[in-house]
Amino acid sequence: MSLIASNLSFKPGNEWHLDNVSFEMSKGQIYTILGRTLAGKTTLLKTLAGLISPDQGTLTLDDGDFGSIPVWKREVAMVYQQFINYPHLSVYENVAFPLKQRRMQSDQIKTRVMKALQQVGLDGFENRKIQALSGGQQQRVALARSLVKEASVILLDEPLVNLDYKLREQLREEFRNIFSSEASKDSILIYSSTDPVEAMQLGGQILVMDEGRILQQGTSKEVYENPNCTKVAQITNDPAMNLFEGRVEDGRIILSSEIELELPQHCKGLATGSYIFGMRAAGITLNQKGFPFSVELSEISGSETFLHIRHEMIGVVGLLDSVQNFNTGEVVSVQFDTMQLYVFDQNEQLVSSPYRGLE
Amino acid sequence: MAKIELQNIAHSYNPQSAEQNYALNPFNMTWEDGGRYAILGPSGCGKTTMLNIMSGIVQPSEGNLLFDGVDVTKLSTSERNIAQVFQFPVIYGTMSVEQNLAFPLVCRNYEKPAIDAKVNEVAEALGLQELLTKSASRLTADQKQLISLGRGLVRDDVAAVLMDEPLTVIDPDLKFRLRRQLKEINQKYRSTLIYVTHDQNEAMTFAENVIVMDAGRIVQVGTPKELFERPKTTFVGYFIGAPAMNFFRCERNGDYSLRFGGNTITTQTSLTELSTSQLKLGIRSEYIKIVDSIGQNTIPARVKRVEDLGNHKLVSAVSHDLDIKVKVHRDTAIPAEQVHLDLPAENCCVYADEILVQN
Repeated sequence: MSLIASNLSFKPGNEWHLDNVSFEMSKGQIYTILGRTLAGKTTLLKTLAGLISPDQGTLTLDDGDFGSIPVWKREVAMVYQQFINYPHLSVYENVAFPLKQRRMQSDQIKTRVMKALQQVGLDGFENRKIQALSGGQQQRVALARSLVKEASVILLDEPLVNLDYKLREQLREEFRNIFSSEASKDSILIYSSTDPVEAMQLGGQILVMDEGRILQQGTSKEVYENPNCTKVAQITNDPAMNLFEGRVEDGRIILSSEIELELPQHCKGLATGSYIFGMRAAGITLNQKGFPFSVELSEISGSETFLHIRHEMIGVVGLLDSVQNFNTGEVVSVQFDTMQLYVFDQNEQLVSSPYRGLE
Repeated sequence: MAKIELQNIAHSYNPQSAEQNYALNPFNMTWEDGGRYAILGPSGCGKTTMLNIMSGIVQPSEGNLLFDGVDVTKLSTSERNIAQVFQFPVIYGTMSVEQNLAFPLVCRNYEKPAIDAKVNEVAEALGLQELLTKSASRLTADQKQLISLGRGLVRDDVAAVLMDEPLTVIDPDLKFRLRRQLKEINQKYRSTLIYVTHDQNEAMTFAENVIVMDAGRIVQVGTPKELFERPKTTFVGYFIGAPAMNFFRCERNGDYSLRFGGNTITTQTSLTELSTSQLKLGIRSEYIKIVDSIGQNTIPARVKRVEDLGNHKLVSAVSHDLDIKVKVHRDTAIPAEQVHLDLPAENCCVYADEILVQN
């Protein structure tokens, strides 16, 4: 089974909310739409659900036309950011609701509801009232209601964003187990998120979206290792990948009058000219034989320190493996691990990555 | 700005009832002038109640609140000179950015030249100069949130800026930038900033001191380093850090030695004077090392799953039915099945009845 979108476009005002979006998705897989706020993620999910009619483009499911099926007949389930449940109904009745709408037999409803509740870890909660549940439990009820329909396409629109950080961590792991289980092997799961770590942790495929367009689609590993442009490099990393301009001349990288780096093996053969270089925070560390940078700010996060540093026009964030304090303005000696260097051309497209070498 | 003291403050939403149920148990706390603090805890722990007591939205049922030694407990919000930034940006959509920033001064009948000077100064500090003439409704979420903050900073008489989850609506890569601006502001104006969040990552990177709360109580006050390395309770160990600290139930095996699941581990904590048998060993996933051979503090384990988190890999392992999480660098090679995990003695924390044993 596959869901194919071809050239979906939607422009309600002056801005494209969807700009020529095409993809193919297959069942039993999870797809994360990763992008900033207003990138078009929710518009895309609503279009798949039938809540928005695109100006152009087609949607097919198993070779059949999917885009013209009215919303109430589409085999789609959706979970929203806000926990949407029926507050006056019990947990059981909330989950059973879509099946009752379809006038399914009550014993069949019971079997399906109990199975869905068990999947989300809420067995034993059937008779509880919604108000008596925590935020995390309420979102599990919403998830169970989407699973119970056994829909072909399940859409999750930033389902964890309104939950506590710790709860988010826990549910994310549970979600992954639910999604990788037998129960969801017949569905296509589409999950939207702004958080790169969340997208990595869910595994599966990532579609990076920005300004209504899909910039890159691939496995989470592929997108992490070989972001195809500077935008993707920024959106898929937290903190965003450091980007700085420079030139390649005589086999060397010239970043400023004082900073020159050897071209690493994976960049050998790079033509002379100007480029945008990219490096994750982890590739920038302190070393006595490095270059002078002044500290703008240091941030401690658990066992690590993020160091915001600057040398002339080059402002970057480095990651130290220990907890250290620095004074603002302090000069530190900084090393760039060129083995981790990315190179983008003047059009911001990937030219070389540490994992694949020259394009 | 001012030094803020909370003396024997406590709050109950129904103080008359026989069984007094504290939303906030009695506590003492001093916020030093110019300090940068975070109040961290899960939903319902009392952190917003504490913030509301300082701003005057809630009158505490017990205790006194002092600003620079002056008792303000009975004063209204407007008499306290507190600036607040909320989860969602509060801006005047019909006004320009400049008018938004000037508003608190206009309301206090400042002269035009004084207003202009102050607005320009704050706009420069926040990087909003280019936007001054723009309509505030046309800005991005992070720019709007900067304006909310800027309105607090234009006043010279503000005792403290209180922020309730101010980065909730901000995308991950912009959060980083905004947090940096908050700190620069703190250094420039020496303003007392108090930041409420459920997100341990935000608390740790933002604050000099973090106040961890649970169920209406302050459970630990410390620097990010202290909270990470020596959490005072198992709750703090769980709540701070991603993933949570590993905990294993164990028995005493000698003065510095513990036994759990067939393993014996040496710690640097003296256990002779402990009266309880409810012992747990706690160790951060960042400190556990995967090693080739058996050593003094190693335990055998089987690798269950490896997750790719980008910069790191998260290894889920099992040792004698105990689940252990180990966080390693992305480029660390992980043997397919059987491994030995090294638990360095200096990183082992011992908990008796859920409280850190210190000696």
